[in-house]
Amino acid sequence: MSGLRILVPVKRVIDYAIKPRVNKAGTAVETNGVKHSMNPFDELSIEQAVRLREAKVPVEDILVFSAGPTKSQETIRTAMAMGADRGIHVVEEKIELEPLGVAKLLKQVVEKENRNLVILGKQSIDDDAGQTGQMLAGLLGWPQATQASKVTIEGEQCTVTREVDGGVETLKAKLPMIITTDLRLNEPRYASLPNIMKAKKKPLEKKTLADYDVDVSKRMKTVKVIEPPPRQGGGKVDDVDGMISKLKELGAI
Amino acid sequence: MPPINRCLPALRCLRLVDNAAQRQSLRPLTRIARPTIRHHQSRLHHTQAEASSSASTADNAPQSPPATSKPEVKYTSESYPNIKRNSKFKELSADDVQYFKDLLGNESAVVDGVTKDASAELEGFNSDWMRKYRGQARLVLKPSSTEQVSKILAYCNKKLLAVNPQGGNTGLVGGSVPVYDEIVLNLSRMNKIRSFDDVSGILVADAGVILQQADEHAAKHGYIFPLDLGAKGSCQIGGNVATNAGGLRLLRYGSLHGNVLGLEAVLPDGTIVDDLSTLRKNNTGYDLKQLFIGGEGTLGIITAVSIICPQRSPAVNVAYFGLESYENVLQAFKESKKHLSEILSAFELMDVGSQHLYRNATGAKLPLEGEYPFYCLIETSGSNSDHDSEKLNAFLEHVMSEEIVADGVVAQDETQLQSLWACREGISEASQHWGGVYKYDLSIPLPELYDLVAECRERFKSNGLMGETDDHPVKDVVGYGHMGDSNLHLNVAVRRYDKAVEKALEPWVYEWVQKRQGSISAEHGLGLAKKEYVGYSRSETMLRLMKQIKDVYDPNGIMNPYKYI
Ligand SMILES: Cc1cc2nc3c(=O)[nH]c(=O)nc-3n(C[C@H](O)[C@H](O)[C@H](O)COP(=O)(O)OP(=O)(O)OC[C@H]3O[C@@H](n4cnc5c(N)ncnc54)[C@H](O)[C@@H]3O)c2cc1C
Repeated sequence: MSGLRILVPVKRVIDYAIKPRVNKAGTAVETNGVKHSMNPFDELSIEQAVRLREAKVPVEDILVFSAGPTKSQETIRTAMAMGADRGIHVVEEKIELEPLGVAKLLKQVVEKENRNLVILGKQSIDDDAGQTGQMLAGLLGWPQATQASKVTIEGEQCTVTREVDGGVETLKAKLPMIITTDLRLNEPRYASLPNIMKAKKKPLEKKTLADYDVDVSKRMKTVKVIEPPPRQGGGKVDDVDGMISKLKELGAI
Repeated sequence: MPPINRCLPALRCLRLVDNAAQRQSLRPLTRIARPTIRHHQSRLHHTQAEASSSASTADNAPQSPPATSKPEVKYTSESYPNIKRNSKFKELSADDVQYFKDLLGNESAVVDGVTKDASAELEGFNSDWMRKYRGQARLVLKPSSTEQVSKILAYCNKKLLAVNPQGGNTGLVGGSVPVYDEIVLNLSRMNKIRSFDDVSGILVADAGVILQQADEHAAKHGYIFPLDLGAKGSCQIGGNVATNAGGLRLLRYGSLHGNVLGLEAVLPDGTIVDDLSTLRKNNTGYDLKQLFIGGEGTLGIITAVSIICPQRSPAVNVAYFGLESYENVLQAFKESKKHLSEILSAFELMDVGSQHLYRNATGAKLPLEGEYPFYCLIETSGSNSDHDSEKLNAFLEHVMSEEIVADGVVAQDETQLQSLWACREGISEASQHWGGVYKYDLSIPLPELYDLVAECRERFKSNGLMGETDDHPVKDVVGYGHMGDSNLHLNVAVRRYDKAVEKALEPWVYEWVQKRQGSISAEHGLGLAKKEYVGYSRSETMLRLMKQIKDVYDPNGIMNPYKYI
């Protein structure tokens, strides 16, 4: 059997440790001048692909893919520093791609690049749609195992464990297939200096949407974006009297 | 284990609501499961939510570990039998307590162990962060205004009642807790930000404001507090000034002697010294506020601070290296200054032992696969991430290709950045995980900086006090510190405090440092711990001048007695 030809799509999102703010117009989250990093679920996907190779599963190559602004190349380089072999970047500065558009794009990448395994994050933390993997599976007609917490592959056979209410579920399927990753799958590695250097020399193909035959036009319109109501901070009272008067004030006694 | 993944679909909302909780739910479990040290750490780093709710820290008791978890701390009077209670100091009476209660007019502002038993409540104010020093105070006062501080001191001065100023009680030299029955004057209720000037970045705040809160306040305006240290969630800016704390960013922003523009302080006789200047330049005679900066509470009580905050850098990068030798560390430091110049904001050194202690105490995974005798952490802060990345990359490429650095990682996101910093900031806490730690905070010329650690380790190997098993008091000798400031922290992690260990260390360490014209206290101060050893770094003349100043400001000697002066 020839080995795994893995595709890992990655997305550049607002760093998850940064608190997002809604823009003044209330139409979107403010992204200007805000720190961005790789979607944390995508880190898990890359890590898993690299671990498969390290576990001596035959891996032919690991291709990372991202569609989005030029800066997404940094995210692709990070993925390559973690161990991916090459990258494709579809440069798109303006259009916000919806999950279906991305899934259609990925379908073509899978076909053109002859992939037999796609590992995606179960969601990206910016839009939280959680649909791309499933849509891609549908478009390709491949089996899918979502929210994986453990993945083993022997020959053509993939075994995926996923956490479900009250326990775990184990699924088996034959390649080619789609896997989406969940938090407990692994702990992503740091990008090491030598690998960061090597990553700079790894091939990164730049493309545009025109290179693919897809309709990515928006089907949805964002009506409004609002922040959740601010949390009421707890207070501390000085003494028993303070507590009693506070309770009275709140109508509790 | 609850299915944490179930709360994830709404990640973004969670993120808006509670950063800390969200972090726990997003990160893979392995990073969350740090059973042993976690609660200690949260003690030091109040969560954001806590820190920002206005009243929540008002009554913070000092953050010493609960007395139940570990054996009781020995009384300082027992470990230092030659320090006798000064009989000129009056013992507290019920009348005194009544005076203070009337003055402060608030039950919670007085912890009264004089007229009743309050030993449990007093414990946290009496023992220090390292669990090494324990006083016998029976009264804690928590004033909420400068006027109250003034009246307290005037009364104490008149009655000859000794006073121990206390901030967040994170000091590392035993200065923050009493020796005998000194009154603890705790500043936790003086915790208001007074003003912040958006144009100049000048912050004026009460002494009891927690460092992290002060920094968060500055952050809201796009500024950064010019000091950062591992205890930021507990220590107070007044305490920071009183100890002239150095910390992690001194390399970039300089010392408090330069950044503090003004102070408000109360002298023992009750005089309020209002020198709360917000001027960058003020050459009008003696700069008396400098005496309080690093004075360690021996001249008066600092009640407010005016400090200049630099612009907060939007672009921050952190790299962590493994190096094969100390020579290479020196080389890397030199190169970092050359390549990164104005964006370099920290250069920290950690030896392999310190990283093992951190890993073993926290269960955290270390960033590098391989093992190296030395590790460094470099931080850059600048205003343009593309510019900074370019510089950093050129630097990294250089040190890698010249084989100055053997391996390394660069944080790719904010979480990794924080995990890398934790490898450095977590050492202090980890070193005392096994029971205790002897800490030395020293200035040593860079070329010889690490020799001390190596020699010290040899010493404990050959005298048989160090070993794997519990019958050896010493667990390990480690070195780390603010390399950029020639500041070494020598930590001897012990399973218990032991006179034999102390004898092997002192005065040996101090003599070693003196021979190299170093300082026996780079940033932690003298307190009680280094009282006997000041002579190794200061001449007779200097000491005499200090004593003269002490006598002018505090003729009755009521301020923080028994300590270094
Ligand atoms: C984990 C950890 C990391 C640390 N890292 C560093 C570091 O990197 N660099 C560094 O320099 N230090 C460091 N320290 C020690 C440092 O000195 C203290 O953390 C801090 O500066 C003290 O502030 P505090 O409010 O806790 O003061 P306390 O510990 O309460 O008091 C310290 C001294 O100042 C006096 N004092 C306190 N408040 C006042 C006041 N308002 N007026 C007059 N006197 C006062 C006290 O009497 C005492 O002598 C660290 C400590 C810990 C626990």
